[in-house]
Amino acid sequence: MNGESIKSNRPSEDKIIEIYGLHKWFGDLHVLNDINLTVNRGDRIVICGPSGSGKSTLIRCINRLEEHQKGKILVDGIELTGNLKNIEKIREEVGMVFQHFNLFPHLTILENLALGPIWVRKVPKKEAEETAMYYLEKVHIAEQAKKHPGQLSGGQQQRVAIARSLCMKPKIMLFDEPTSALDPEMVKEVLDVMINLAEEGMTMIVVSHEMGFAKSVAHRVLFMDFGQIVEENTPQAFFDHPQHDRTKLFLSQILH
Amino acid sequence: MTQSGKNNIQKEGLKAPIIRIGVVHWIKANLFNGVFNSILTIVTLFLLYKVIPPFARWAFIDSLWFSSAEQCRAGSGACWSIIPANIRFILFGFYPHELHWRPFVAMIMLIGLLLYSKNRNHWNRSFGYIWIAGLSIMGILMKGGLFGLTPVDSDQWGGLPLTLMLSFFGMFAAYPLGVLLALGRRSQMPAVKTICILYIELIRGVPLISLLFMSAVLFPLFFPEGVTVNKIIRAQAAIILFTAAYIAEVVRGGLQAITRGQYEAAESLGLNYVQKMRLIVLPQALKIVIPPSVGILISAFKDTSLVVIIALYDVLKTTKSVLASPSWMGFSPEAYLFVALIYFVCCYSMSNYSRRLEKELQT
Ligand SMILES: Nc1ncnc2c1ncn2[C@@H]1O[C@H](COP(=O)(O)OP(=O)(O)OP(=O)(O)O)[C@@H](O)[C@H]1O
Ligand SMILES: [Mg+2]
Repeated sequence: MNGESIKSNRPSEDKIIEIYGLHKWFGDLHVLNDINLTVNRGDRIVICGPSGSGKSTLIRCINRLEEHQKGKILVDGIELTGNLKNIEKIREEVGMVFQHFNLFPHLTILENLALGPIWVRKVPKKEAEETAMYYLEKVHIAEQAKKHPGQLSGGQQQRVAIARSLCMKPKIMLFDEPTSALDPEMVKEVLDVMINLAEEGMTMIVVSHEMGFAKSVAHRVLFMDFGQIVEENTPQAFFDHPQHDRTKLFLSQILH
Repeated sequence: MTQSGKNNIQKEGLKAPIIRIGVVHWIKANLFNGVFNSILTIVTLFLLYKVIPPFARWAFIDSLWFSSAEQCRAGSGACWSIIPANIRFILFGFYPHELHWRPFVAMIMLIGLLLYSKNRNHWNRSFGYIWIAGLSIMGILMKGGLFGLTPVDSDQWGGLPLTLMLSFFGMFAAYPLGVLLALGRRSQMPAVKTICILYIELIRGVPLISLLFMSAVLFPLFFPEGVTVNKIIRAQAAIILFTAAYIAEVVRGGLQAITRGQYEAAESLGLNYVQKMRLIVLPQALKIVIPPSVGILISAFKDTSLVVIIALYDVLKTTKSVLASPSWMGFSPEAYLFVALIYFVCCYSMSNYSRRLEKELQT
């Protein structure tokens, strides 16, 4: 895989996610503190930071799995408010991959994939299943289509979860530590799928501590701590010349 | 020879060892392991010896099956004759005698429909229509007044068809209502939530009997004067409302077992509330609660016998009426054993089926 060639398809200056002055509290806990972030179409952003720093909460605010209390979030031009229709519209366009896969255990792999398109996008069943098979082939598990999630390994389940999101033809993909629940030998198979996706120009926000992945794929790396974006830079600069002490400390911890 | 012998040994070595136990060994291990258990075994055997032979003698050897009541009184065994002699009244109550074929056919249809429903391959789109058609035909058969069938007032309905009707209609209506209540109880909307909690707790706080009584008093209040609500419908409503509250609590338990991740995955695909519940949450939650749900349905089935208190003639009451007639007075063990057998067959099939369903749905 060639990192440089991926980065050469530069994102246009076409904003797809805009976050202004975002605050979020869980009770008294100030989890997000004045977050400002703009993501352009085709951007690939990796977010890292210590546990509890608010990384998950931030990306979960983008598809409103968490409700923010202050500030403004616009996704593809639509502002996230209490309006359910808007929320559903945004969720159609924003795929999400979870740490623990969250496949639907009572459905087969194929049904897991076809469900969203059939019920949300109103695609005919046959067409939805064809699309599902296409994406299953892309993540190299077409032969498992008739199985149930419980019969698959963790790495396979995560690839199914990615394919499930892709079936909705999303404009943005959010990943919340997609490889941290996996056995080490399965991490690569999932990262390879994500790298493929990056090569196709998908807009991605990835919470991850996989530094190799960040270096080869990301346009920008964000470092979060105590609910704030402490540092934001290109991967090269970020890893080689971290500016803040907290970043330096964090990097020294994860690189050993 | 030696070659194949060797192969066999190797093959056996691969399989899990099979432990063979002789009869004597089994008895030792299961009945006489220790002083206390040995005493228990001996006492049990003694009691069985005391109970079984006399019972068998009464029930089978000295019993009379097709005789008059007088002959029974002369004998010393069980008088099973009470059942064939009164079977039509026990099964159909006061339904007009010459029309008994109608409830009979309706019952056969119901059993047929239930057997048909056992196979999950039949659970497709037309399944609901088949049930609706079946239930309508049964209703017409019971009620008459259409297609040249003599009308039969529902006051005359009774016996087993009434029991089956109250329980199965009750279950089919109570289950969806219970699911809705359970969802309502977990709703984000405070008003909905409060109403559901109030309903569930109120109903669970009173016995079914009081609900049956109240239905007799309360229903007329909700309807304009002059409109009388049929007794059977009142009883049916009480049973549905009662069972639903219990179903709701069981289903709520199932809903709690579904992880947040499942909700989030469904939401992040853009599914709306109804889709999320129908496609993702309920199928998983209801599967978990099959065993306790069936427990509730079984007790609901048995509880239908309480309708006697508002003077409905279910199968237990018709049996009691037979026992109240001078000629058959005193043969209650036989009659009650027969009714118990009917209840047992129904309840046992239900729990049996639930176990099978549970196994089939296991993935
Ligand atoms: N639903 C919730 N209710 C209350 N507190 C929460 C909730 N979710 C998260 N928190 C708290 O908010 C803070 C930020 O959580 P978040 O999950 O965003 O951190 P994170 O950066 O993703 O950490 P990790 O690397 O451990 O996943 C943590 O202190 C966490 O305990
Ligand atoms: Mg997290």
